[in-house]
Amino acid sequence: MISKIAWKNTWFKPLNTFLSIILLTASVSIISILILLQKQFEEKFSSSMDNIDLVLGAKGSPLQLILSSVYQIDAPPGNISYTEAEAWMNKPMVESAVPLAYGDNYLGYKIVGTTDNYTKHFGLKIQQGTLFAKDFEVVVGSNIAANIGLKIGDTFFGTHGDVEEGEVHDHHAYKVVGILAPSGKVADQLILTNIASVWHMHDHGHEHEGSSEEAHNHSEEAHVHAEGEEHHHEEVNPHEGKEITAVLLKLRNNMAKMTWPRIIPQNTEMQAASPALEVNRLFALFGVGISALTYLAYGIMFISGVSIFVALYNTLKERRYEFALLRITGATKFQLLWLVLLESIFLCTIGFILGIVFGRIGLYFLSVSSQEEFKMAFDPFEFLWKEEGMLFFATLSVGIIAAIIPAIKAYSLNISKTLANA
Amino acid sequence: MIKTQNVTFSYSATQKFHFPDIDCPNGQTLLITGNSGTGKTTLLHLLGGLLQPTAGNITINNQDILQLNAAKLDAFRGQSIGMILQKSFFIEALSVLDNVVLASWIAKKAKAKAKALSILNNLGLKDHVHKLPSQLSIGQQQRVNIARALINNPSVILADEPTSSLDDENALIVARLLSDLAKEYQSSLIIVTHDQRLKSLFNHQITLS
Repeated sequence: MISKIAWKNTWFKPLNTFLSIILLTASVSIISILILLQKQFEEKFSSSMDNIDLVLGAKGSPLQLILSSVYQIDAPPGNISYTEAEAWMNKPMVESAVPLAYGDNYLGYKIVGTTDNYTKHFGLKIQQGTLFAKDFEVVVGSNIAANIGLKIGDTFFGTHGDVEEGEVHDHHAYKVVGILAPSGKVADQLILTNIASVWHMHDHGHEHEGSSEEAHNHSEEAHVHAEGEEHHHEEVNPHEGKEITAVLLKLRNNMAKMTWPRIIPQNTEMQAASPALEVNRLFALFGVGISALTYLAYGIMFISGVSIFVALYNTLKERRYEFALLRITGATKFQLLWLVLLESIFLCTIGFILGIVFGRIGLYFLSVSSQEEFKMAFDPFEFLWKEEGMLFFATLSVGIIAAIIPAIKAYSLNISKTLANA
Repeated sequence: MIKTQNVTFSYSATQKFHFPDIDCPNGQTLLITGNSGTGKTTLLHLLGGLLQPTAGNITINNQDILQLNAAKLDAFRGQSIGMILQKSFFIEALSVLDNVVLASWIAKKAKAKAKALSILNNLGLKDHVHKLPSQLSIGQQQRVNIARALINNPSVILADEPTSSLDDENALIVARLLSDLAKEYQSSLIIVTHDQRLKSLFNHQITLS
């Protein structure tokens, strides 16, 4: 019954209630978005980083290399010679090496030339179909299959570069032969093929730029190759003059992890960057922004606490007759204390629930736009019991602290005096 | 029934009240009159256990209420004393019915909804039970107060100027209603008032001076 009074009172002064709830909702939703973003962001980054000790790539910004090769976010710093890279890939200290060749995209989704080592390295499973075996066969990530409705057997043309609006390579179509199972890693957003497909796509393109006669010769040559010579040719000198973008390395040897980032740039045209190191640097950068926003949100929560306090305190004067009335019908002092606390607790609980709901809605829209821009999706339906539970207790504490003085005033009300002065 | 002996009370060293003894058996109405400043409301608060006397005894239903600790006194007040105040106070957010039911819940931890409805019905408030108290007229509000005071079958009903805000007609109706209800429920009714209109209605009177 006390809770019924508290509940009815909460809605009896809707304007006060509304203000407090809006402030609480704002702060809780900001904090819950930040909690989820940070956790899912780090999780995404860390899960894609699994098993990669070093990334081999063109000289330039190491962070750019990591972002482009491991997370497929940035443009790569440049290409490296496959033969030069192979010298390092084949060293005994290397446990596994995944070469990556970029060049094209389909509707903004990167087409990555690689080997079957990629799926092994990241523990990816094929959900439908098979892995690419021949040139121009591709396996698509689960999100792509879901978002643009690619099915096994579909064909499409790649677009040059990493933006949707580039030049279309319309002489060779890619064919979908498999779809990956969802992994929560960047592979969900990738189209995988073999490296040769990426090379062929671009060799062809360059030769097109020559005279029409050359192009004609080339097409004859291609016919001949198709009859079997090409295979032979590649065995003799498979990767001479070919370029790839980066190599993901897993090393057996901790010493190599430490020394290669120094040795490789000294001796080659390449660099070796450590994802763990670069990502930590990135998190440190993000961390500043996230903590600034978190402080802001706690500031708003503090203001909502003040607003609850003011609302409760202001109504104390008019409500003291209500309290006196409760006392003369037999209510104890403690029940009055509880009544005031409960009203604040109701506000906070409503604010918290709305905040969590709006936070989810906000994250959903954030996820939609980040998926368009960065191919990175967030899951708004994840619930972090520990962090959000702590947030709930923080919200409740704000409510209880805000209500404690008004509650004590109600508790210690002198009924006789109140009624005599009525 | 309610009895007092040698009750005294003082707000300060200079202002000291010595109240006449009261003996009001069940079903009877006692009118306490007096001018302003003679301690009418103080006496009523003493009888209701809202104030502690400096000396004397107050016995309600054979229970000396001065022997009770704060929590027990609160419970005793809820169960055995019904108070009707000069102004009508309500939990503004609750309906008329809920305001009456609330008193039964606080005193007995049980919601006497049917009983509340029947009392409100008897008091002619049948059509108003689901309204907010602020939507009623002053006379109707006073009747809701009466219903709330009666819901727990109290041994004693204490009424503080119950008619002062009412017109002549309504004042007499309310006063008669109170005394009839006190008889019906076998409660002692004590009315504290300076309202001259009531003096002709009741035989038992004490005048404070």
